[in-house]
Amino acid sequence: MPTDAERPRLPAGREPAAEDDDRRLVAALRRGDDAAFVALLDRYHAPLVRLASLYVADPAVAEEVVQETWLGVLGGIDRFEGRSSFKTWLCRILTNLAKRRGAREARTVPFSALSRPGADGAGPAVDPGRFLPPGDAWAGHWAGDLRDWGRLPEEALLAQEALAHVRRAIAALPPTQRLVVTMRDVEGWTAGEVCGVLAISAANQRVLLHRARSGVRRALERYLEGTPPRCPPPTT
Amino acid sequence: MPAPDDLTCRELVELVTDYLEGALSGRDRARFEAHLLDCDGCPLYLEQMRRTIRAVGALTEQGMPQAAKDDLLRRFGDWKRVRAGPPVPGR
Ligand SMILES: [Zn+2]
Repeated sequence: MPTDAERPRLPAGREPAAEDDDRRLVAALRRGDDAAFVALLDRYHAPLVRLASLYVADPAVAEEVVQETWLGVLGGIDRFEGRSSFKTWLCRILTNLAKRRGAREARTVPFSALSRPGADGAGPAVDPGRFLPPGDAWAGHWAGDLRDWGRLPEEALLAQEALAHVRRAIAALPPTQRLVVTMRDVEGWTAGEVCGVLAISAANQRVLLHRARSGVRRALERYLEGTPPRCPPPTT
Repeated sequence: MPAPDDLTCRELVELVTDYLEGALSGRDRARFEAHLLDCDGCPLYLEQMRRTIRAVGALTEQGMPQAAKDDLLRRFGDWKRVRAGPPVPGR
């Protein structure tokens, strides 16, 4: 039994040493270590299901594709030479399987088409009404004060209630933005990894990340300011 | 009065991600940072974005459901046996 200290925690992807950790887990997997296999299953479950969902509509089928992916990993792990990261290799196996299933389901919208700038009809990062109007000497500058979040206690935005708002805001994003912000900011993938797995350009990745983060910020701002009325008032 | 080359706050908020990602050109980065020094609102906005990113980073995700895990662990056991070599005849 692994002790608590050894047992990988979720989400481990955001830890800086995640790649080294993967290497260690993959080496243990090759030795037949059940705990290492389970750690990898947990670590990559959510990202793989999300990726599969780009190609297959049925969530049950997406789960199946993830299962098949792990069988593919077992079948190929002895030939995996580590020229790419395990993560990249794993995602490639999944993407190939998911595309094949997706083709059968006649649902092959490439991510690159979904993520064309403008494809999701995103608006500006901040409501234009927050800035002074054209014609003003300071047109385009803030019309009112911004709240200083730096003076909030660190826990204010990390409490369960705030995080529930964050989670809801991410769930409400267009799928491409949701995917990118989750990979980057929840799972801690690098920009390069996200571009590689989704086959999008660096610029496109940044646009999606920007819209997603901006959307979450707006949601947090509404939460902190107690509007819309369904949100609870800010704690004093 | 702002100079014609100055960024407006409205422009700056659209550059925040490129700034944090280190993707601005040297000139745009300099304009961005010059604006921050000269503006009350935008440093607060940048801090809001940083806190937003930290909050998103505090989310956790679900691991694999136990039934799926058990199934794969069984397959892992099969894989280990196959890999260890052919079974001893008669067993
Ligand atoms: Zn400003």
